[in-house]
Amino acid sequence: MNTAERLDLARWVVRQAQAKGAGGVAATLNHSRSITVEVRDQEVERLRESTSSSLGIDMYVDGRYSLYTTSDLRRNSLDDFLAEAVAMTRYLAVDAERSLPDPKYYEGMQQIDLKTSDDTYEGLTSEERVALALQTEKAARAMSDKIVTCGAAFGDEYAEEVRVHSNGFEGARRGTEFGLWTEVSVRGEGEARPSDYQDSSVRFRKDLASPEEIARKAVGRAVAMIGQRKLASGRYDLVIENRVASRMIGILTAGMRAGNIQQKRSFLAGKLGEKIASDKFTLIDDPFIVGGFGSRVYDGDGMATKRRVMIDRGVLKEYYVNYYYARKLNLEPTVSGSTNTVFEYGTRSLEDLIAGMKRGILVTSFIGGNSNTATGDFSVGIIGQYVENGRRVHPVSEMNIAGNILEFMNQLTEMGNDPCPGTALMRPSMYFTDVQFAGL
Amino acid sequence: MASFTRRQFIVAGAKVAALAAVPAILRFDPVRAFAGPDESAVLADYLSWFEVDETLIRRVMATALERGGDYCDLFFEHTVSNYVGLQDNAVNRAGTSVDYGVGIRVIEGDRTGFSFTEELTAEAMLKAARTAANIARSGSTEAPSGLLYKPAASYYPIQVPWEDIGIDRKIPILQHLDQQISGADSRIVKTSVTYRDATSRILVATSEGIIRSDYRPMAEISASCSAEQNGRREEGWYSLTSRNDISFFSPETMNLVSGEAVRRTLNQLDAIQPEGGEMPVVLAAGGSGMMLHEAIGHGMEADCNRRNESIYSDAIGKPIAEPIVSIVDDGTYPHARGSINIDDEGSDTEKTFLVRDGILQSYMHDLISAKHYGVRPTGNGRRESFRYPPVPRMRSTYMLPGPHTKDEIIASVKKGVYCDDFTNGEVRIGPGDFTFYVKSGYLIEDGKLTRPIKDVNLIGNGPEVLKRVTMVADDFALASRGGTCGKDGQWVPVSMGLPTILVSALTVGGKSA
Repeated sequence: MNTAERLDLARWVVRQAQAKGAGGVAATLNHSRSITVEVRDQEVERLRESTSSSLGIDMYVDGRYSLYTTSDLRRNSLDDFLAEAVAMTRYLAVDAERSLPDPKYYEGMQQIDLKTSDDTYEGLTSEERVALALQTEKAARAMSDKIVTCGAAFGDEYAEEVRVHSNGFEGARRGTEFGLWTEVSVRGEGEARPSDYQDSSVRFRKDLASPEEIARKAVGRAVAMIGQRKLASGRYDLVIENRVASRMIGILTAGMRAGNIQQKRSFLAGKLGEKIASDKFTLIDDPFIVGGFGSRVYDGDGMATKRRVMIDRGVLKEYYVNYYYARKLNLEPTVSGSTNTVFEYGTRSLEDLIAGMKRGILVTSFIGGNSNTATGDFSVGIIGQYVENGRRVHPVSEMNIAGNILEFMNQLTEMGNDPCPGTALMRPSMYFTDVQFAGL
Repeated sequence: MASFTRRQFIVAGAKVAALAAVPAILRFDPVRAFAGPDESAVLADYLSWFEVDETLIRRVMATALERGGDYCDLFFEHTVSNYVGLQDNAVNRAGTSVDYGVGIRVIEGDRTGFSFTEELTAEAMLKAARTAANIARSGSTEAPSGLLYKPAASYYPIQVPWEDIGIDRKIPILQHLDQQISGADSRIVKTSVTYRDATSRILVATSEGIIRSDYRPMAEISASCSAEQNGRREEGWYSLTSRNDISFFSPETMNLVSGEAVRRTLNQLDAIQPEGGEMPVVLAAGGSGMMLHEAIGHGMEADCNRRNESIYSDAIGKPIAEPIVSIVDDGTYPHARGSINIDDEGSDTEKTFLVRDGILQSYMHDLISAKHYGVRPTGNGRRESFRYPPVPRMRSTYMLPGPHTKDEIIASVKKGVYCDDFTNGEVRIGPGDFTFYVKSGYLIEDGKLTRPIKDVNLIGNGPEVLKRVTMVADDFALASRGGTCGKDGQWVPVSMGLPTILVSALTVGGKSA
């Protein structure tokens, strides 16, 4: 099927469901093609290639709601599937707030090319994929005699979505992604084999980092973890490297989701307009970044997207409100989920942030942990480097930070100038002052 | 729609092509599949379910092996998952998801080629086979001349297939739990309930000439609630899961789920995040088995040892714990979430000793690693679905009972914590560092449980922590909640268990030290 045929099928699904008694229908057809090559010891270890399609249906029948997914797209299969889906939905309780969005929210969809798809995708050959992965592994191997084992992978994907609602919405999006990755294990102290990884994920093949650069970073990270120790419990300054800063930001933004607020399990309920983080923290939902990983002109409900300042210098301005919970909470919908998340960035690089640290911990990985969305309490394990007078002294592990995310976000004193590439959550490295760590 | 039944829904929604002839469901009898007196009839049912026959399977295998290779397999899967949800006191959402396809794998040495298709036509399967074949380069390998059906064991027999249960019989389960929970205490302000059932039909054919099937049911129920007291808000939940039929939702199950969801949530209202630092930790029987999953389980999966990535890569036969410690990974535990009658490459499952009397015994193997190490596969080759190639994975991982009692273990601790509810964990298999997150527990002061605690991460090093398991009680329990384990981007259902144990020192990620 090509895009036009997929659009036809989605329209057909909507018509058929309505003919069988559904009042409102949203049909989403996803199609993807992906290839992954994994190599180790200069041999291809695993080669995966596939094409996959699936259909998602949101169905509204006499004020009742249900949802379906299936990978069986034959029309005669779907015909029966839809009949039974309508019948099953009728057993449920009426939910007055459930419906397709009011079509006024479809209006104003931006007509811009967000450039999420690389037209050269089809030209990539198997030989090129294997060669990139092999080069990366070879480069990593050559960089240290401490390497115990090393794997590398190249993967790419083309994905496409068409979406049709029975009350007038139609949309389509597509995207490509290329990723080159390596993971390196090195001989540590005793039986330990510390490991770390580096990847480059891009929408356009021409933007891929070189195998040598990826290899150098991965080996540097793994070697830096040799001899890890835990420090005494106590208060330290903290720099979180951009690649993992999403861990703490995610704890904060979980409280901004309307579903959690309506279900009385959000620590940010009732806090619109209040200061919830240090004034260094401005978080913007920006769907229109050209080439962005989260760029889109309509959201998961089909509503037209727009740029929104969610947190402005520490003050909570907006929640993530989808159409259903907007009606439940009697709020205006905003966006069903985050698109691209960008920040007001600082002026200093990660290395400059570290250089300015007297006594602290650079966190390069989080391990496990969780948070309580009702209260904002969290406890997470950390892995990183102990820093004294701007210098990395030794790697640390088996340590933990815990507290309440609102207090924690008030300890933020500086944002880095380094938005993380290859992701929709474009967080920089972040500096926090005087944070409690648990260790020995 | 008076004629609506669940059975029709499954037949129509999940396996519709056969409708034109005879509805496949009428020809398929899972109860007979369990009893298994007539093996050829069972195989015939599965073949017709997937609309394939032995000739076509062997033709696809011949194509998969046309460029060589030591081995190939075809993994057919049809999974139907049903979901029903309650929020704001009404059963107002439901859904079904259908997965149907075949994964084709070719192995040459340690190398794997893999592809899958969601269309079970000869054309689509042959195309996927050619894609998987690209890994091989040794010329051409013979496909088997015949396929022998080998019946599987039966570790989770059921009486009534989920296809026979309409949504009208599921809705009261959620309503009943909501009434029990919402009415239990005036401090409860919101309740939500999630119900799931799933049925997987698996057919595995290998180039060794073996063909096997498995019928895998699953039942899950989860209730969560929020409570308020003096302006403080907390959430809590409880869930149960089993490879089982609707008899699983007995009055005892329902009372346990509602009672525990309420108790755990209300407990949170008075709980504190304890002081952090290194201290003795008592892990309660049951769900604390997550500690084993992270501290030793992942590091004992053979693929990471074959690649020398694990801290246990050179440790087989060596003492790694006190002699009171024995740890198994068990695919055979009756009705456990982590049980499988055969693994996803058609090997028999078993109870594998990882640690026996303190000595590291065996890794968990799939076919590739078993061949590499020259041992028998242990039945740990598992995959999330036909869309993934199998890798070594845990099943039900637990510690066997020991000589102590729970009371004497708690009494032995002057100052520490007792942990009885966990939500998630993670491990780095190279250095062996792991964590698991405590949702609730108690402080231990002078040998007694005192204040409730919540929301702390425990963090330690696998081999170090195993050495520090100094007391093991006689009260082993398999966690009835089970879990879902992610590795290489694949998620599989697992179980875990533990008797009450003492870890003499572990870092507790509390608030202030």
